Amino acid sequence: MSGDQVTLIGTVAVVAQVALVIAGAPWLAGLMRQIRARLEGRAGPGPGQPWRDLRKLLRKQPVTATGTGPAFRAAPLVLVATALVVAALVPLAATRTPVSGHADLIVVVALLALGTVSLALAGLDTGTAFGGMGASREMTVAALVEPTLLMSVFALSIPAGSTNLADIVSGAVHDPARLATPTGLLAAVALLAVTVAETGRLPVDNPSTHLELTMMHEAMVLEYSGPDLALIELGAQLRLTVLLGLLAALFTPWGIATTDGWAALLLALALLALKVAVLGALLAAAEVHLAKIRLFRVPELLAGSFLLALLAVTASYFLTGA
Amino acid sequence: MGLSRRIREIGRIAEPAPPRPEGETPPATRLLCGSAQVRHVDAGSCNGCEIEIGGAFGPVYDAERYGARLVASPRHADVLLVTGPVTRNMADPLRRTHQAAPEPRVVVAVGDCALNCGLFAGAYGVAGAVADIVPVDLEVPGCPPEPAEIVAALRRVTGR
Amino acid sequence: MSAIGPALAAAGALAAAGSACGLALPERARPAAVGACTAGVGAAGLVAGVSALRGQLWSASLPDLLPLAGVHLAVDALSGLFIAVCGGVTVAAAVYGIGYTRHGLAGRNVQAVLPLFAWTLVTVPTAASVSTFLLLWELMALSSLLLVVAEHRRRAPVREAGLWYAVMTHLGLVLLLIALALFSARAGGETFTALRAGAGRLSPAVRDTVFVLALAAFGSKAGAVPLHAWLPRAHPEAPSNVSMLMSAAMVNLGAYGLIRTGFDLLDGGPRWWGLLTVALGAVTAVYGIVQAAVATDLKRLLAYSTSENLGLVLIGVGAALLFDADHHDELAALALAAALLHVVNHAAFKALLFGAAGSVLHATGTRDLDILGGLRPRMPATTALFALGALGAMALPPGNGFVSEWLLLQALIHGLAAPGVTTAVLLPVAIAAIALSAGLAAAAFVKALGVGFFARPRGSAAQRAVESPRAMLAGMGLCAAACAGLALVPGTLSDALGRAVAASGTGTVGGRILVGGGLDLRLAGFTGRLASLWIALALAAVAAAVPAVVRSRARAPRRSDAPLWDCGAGAPTARMEYTATSFAEPLQRVFDDVLAPEQDVDVTPVRESAYLVERVRYQRRVPDRIEHRLYLPVLQLLARAGQAARRLAGGSVHRYLGYGFTALVVLLLALAVTR
Repeated sequence: MSGDQVTLIGTVAVVAQVALVIAGAPWLAGLMRQIRARLEGRAGPGPGQPWRDLRKLLRKQPVTATGTGPAFRAAPLVLVATALVVAALVPLAATRTPVSGHADLIVVVALLALGTVSLALAGLDTGTAFGGMGASREMTVAALVEPTLLMSVFALSIPAGSTNLADIVSGAVHDPARLATPTGLLAAVALLAVTVAETGRLPVDNPSTHLELTMMHEAMVLEYSGPDLALIELGAQLRLTVLLGLLAALFTPWGIATTDGWAALLLALALLALKVAVLGALLAAAEVHLAKIRLFRVPELLAGSFLLALLAVTASYFLTGA
Repeated sequence: MGLSRRIREIGRIAEPAPPRPEGETPPATRLLCGSAQVRHVDAGSCNGCEIEIGGAFGPVYDAERYGARLVASPRHADVLLVTGPVTRNMADPLRRTHQAAPEPRVVVAVGDCALNCGLFAGAYGVAGAVADIVPVDLEVPGCPPEPAEIVAALRRVTGR
Repeated sequence: MSAIGPALAAAGALAAAGSACGLALPERARPAAVGACTAGVGAAGLVAGVSALRGQLWSASLPDLLPLAGVHLAVDALSGLFIAVCGGVTVAAAVYGIGYTRHGLAGRNVQAVLPLFAWTLVTVPTAASVSTFLLLWELMALSSLLLVVAEHRRRAPVREAGLWYAVMTHLGLVLLLIALALFSARAGGETFTALRAGAGRLSPAVRDTVFVLALAAFGSKAGAVPLHAWLPRAHPEAPSNVSMLMSAAMVNLGAYGLIRTGFDLLDGGPRWWGLLTVALGAVTAVYGIVQAAVATDLKRLLAYSTSENLGLVLIGVGAALLFDADHHDELAALALAAALLHVVNHAAFKALLFGAAGSVLHATGTRDLDILGGLRPRMPATTALFALGALGAMALPPGNGFVSEWLLLQALIHGLAAPGVTTAVLLPVAIAAIALSAGLAAAAFVKALGVGFFARPRGSAAQRAVESPRAMLAGMGLCAAACAGLALVPGTLSDALGRAVAASGTGTVGGRILVGGGLDLRLAGFTGRLASLWIALALAAVAAAVPAVVRSRARAPRRSDAPLWDCGAGAPTARMEYTATSFAEPLQRVFDDVLAPEQDVDVTPVRESAYLVERVRYQRRVPDRIEHRLYLPVLQLLARAGQAARRLAGGSVHRYLGYGFTALVVLLLALAVTR
């Protein structure tokens, strides 16, 4: 296994990629908002706005709603912690890192689900109608997202013969033809659909809505304020960044450092920022054209993407196996 | 696609930003540094001011470019944008909303009714102006005030 | 010198002592004495099981104990694993039971049967002949039945549940009896040694019949759809310490029986055995968890989740059969190891969850999630324990359920490389079923924890709740410790799992499945590695570091309390909270076609105008659809046949004599024709 020897450069790669994700996540959110604003004919606050929001929220007074318990207090921490651990595990910049041996896709999917679950529990912990409603909707979507996520992951892990992300990515770097197969394309579409659902973007959820009855993610966090809210927002931005980074690593792995070398690492970090920014920009541009679909139409979207993922797995068998 | 073509044809709708408004800023805004989450409270307005607020956050005036954003919960808010004379039914909810917003918080009273009950002064259902119920930091006069004036008040809060 | 024999003897002696205590002691001293003896039975079982898992073997033959066949016992690593699991659960349930049974369940019958049931749980896996096995199996079923109906005087549904359980378990017994009788008749002997030796001589038709019947019989014990109907009735209605034993220990013996028969005695079979088992497991897992996701009765939810988890175990066993048929020994061993690990993990978290549910029942007198809530401040320890169990059941890291589901998924993914079109179609579907059930399990347990324990009480029963007695907490604490150990250092089990799998006759001799011992779990033959401890530590470290960073940046005064945001309309009441029914409503809509819920909306307008509504009543019931569609018609048919048969029995002696005469003539004619 590549992760067995702890090399200096590998350690630096992990630290650098986590730092880049933390620093870049608010910028990514700002970039996406700015692009949306421009396409809607507005001037927009600039891509640095989420950073300003976070800085201000950190300075505000934290408020604990009466009657809430540890679940409410811990949820922002769990959300950020899971996102950061995932950011360290996924080979965004380099495949030979001290943790790449543990970078299992199933672990990544499950850690992200843990963040969702902790937030849903926090929503229920407040005991308000909107908190419960948000939690119920979020868990419904999450329950249907998870199979699709795992299936598309498996479609990609079959050619690599492993669910280890570093193996999948380095395999794809050395054999790019894998990505152009029907398997790769079907899995890409399926994964994109669940990324949208998992991060609460249009058309599944509208992150900028003010109407409680149409909310999912936002309804669960109505009670948070100040630093807690800052962590929730940062957590959501980190999840989006990590998932887009994962998409980029799986489907456009070029540039990710598979060998030790400082130049390769720097190039990989720069390309990571570029790829995620391009993906975010495309997503934002697509969102302008979409309306939010009804909650009870969401399962149809997810079932569709699940079918694509299933096809991808079966196709990968018939194309590679036998 | 029709929408893409329309986006290209229309281009930018937002008007060029006017110069930064003069005037003192409330002390509570010092920590905000270019970011203000706004919760709008209709305390009994005739909805004239609401239409103008809608205009202020629309593409032409685009208050969002100065860092102001409408949010759904007072817990997230730094600014309460209060309109209308405060009716008896809305006096308590307004107080509760004010309490629910975490420190530091800024109250902006929008429209003549919010400042001095305007046309409705002395009406039996009116509990008073906004300042009678919660402390007001900024005032935007007018019946209704123009969107540009609302945006100017918000710019004094965000400091951009 | 083997520790197994003395340990099993001690278990028998302690069980007898426990039963005697239950019968003889006065009511006040009964629960403690019986609990101590039962815990001793469990501990002895644990010792025996662990010794077997460390590689010791033991067998005994007691020809004079039973007429005709005698008693044959043998313990290898496979039975050791199940003995250890049952023993461990028994210890926890017995300690828990000391506190739980003190009020209302200290009756002579219940207390005397409890040690007996515990003893059968640890001895069923030691049986080494058909007659011994069947005898112990039936003893286990009868003793558990007596315990299920313990509270029949207090609640009417208990009687109904007992009836369902009695009928279904004996239906299973009949199937098992036919399967094993056929097997031993054809194999020429009834000890397991003789069966193993004779299995190769059986014709394929006989082998298939034996396997299918055994699958149905053991599957019904494990709660496999469609023979699961007794499980969501009997497990919730039993006293909670018995629910722990049944749901965390007894159902596992269904899996044990299937592994013992399918792998050890029959030595594997054609591919379709595996395919059938995987399909059965997948259907069971998904159906069970969909029902759990919409259930509003806490213990019923847990019972359906048991059905789901045993479905996952069946998927593992089926996959192992499938790989075994294709001679992929390493894969088969991996799949079976995953199934066995899931048995262990499920036992740990389900015993904990049923214990916590019993705690809630003990404190509030209700299991209805719709009127629970607000238990966290009132029962902090129970809430924390339930949360730990729920984390395991949700199959999320760092819970223990995640470890075995990870292993199961690894087995199936690596199995995709095995050739065969059926494999290529079936395994992805099985993976999807596992993933879907994991997702729905998360929804179900968020509901159970969030609605049942958090927020504010929805009813007066929950308002008056107080923390459970120490004995109950201690029993749950044992399970919690097991959950934590299994979650953080699963690698310690890898050698034991290897031996248990090897004892079933699967896998290559001397080949290792898992490299453990260290802090992470690694697959031996394939790439795959899980470091649950490191993940947990990393999560904890980040979660600890983040507040420190936040505090260093913050300038605000310290945290303040404020009333809930009520939209300005005054404090929200408990009636405004989301209930379990409303939480599950979107999922129920999604799975409308599967669940076929019965809904009833009753709108009463005010007298003056049809447009003004005075009252809206909404009712929802999700009946078990399989029960409705499959069981009721059969029951109705039986009832009709009974009615028709009554006409034959008119009471006239002449007519009965006529029947006898006719039957005799027909029999003689038939003989004359066939001979």
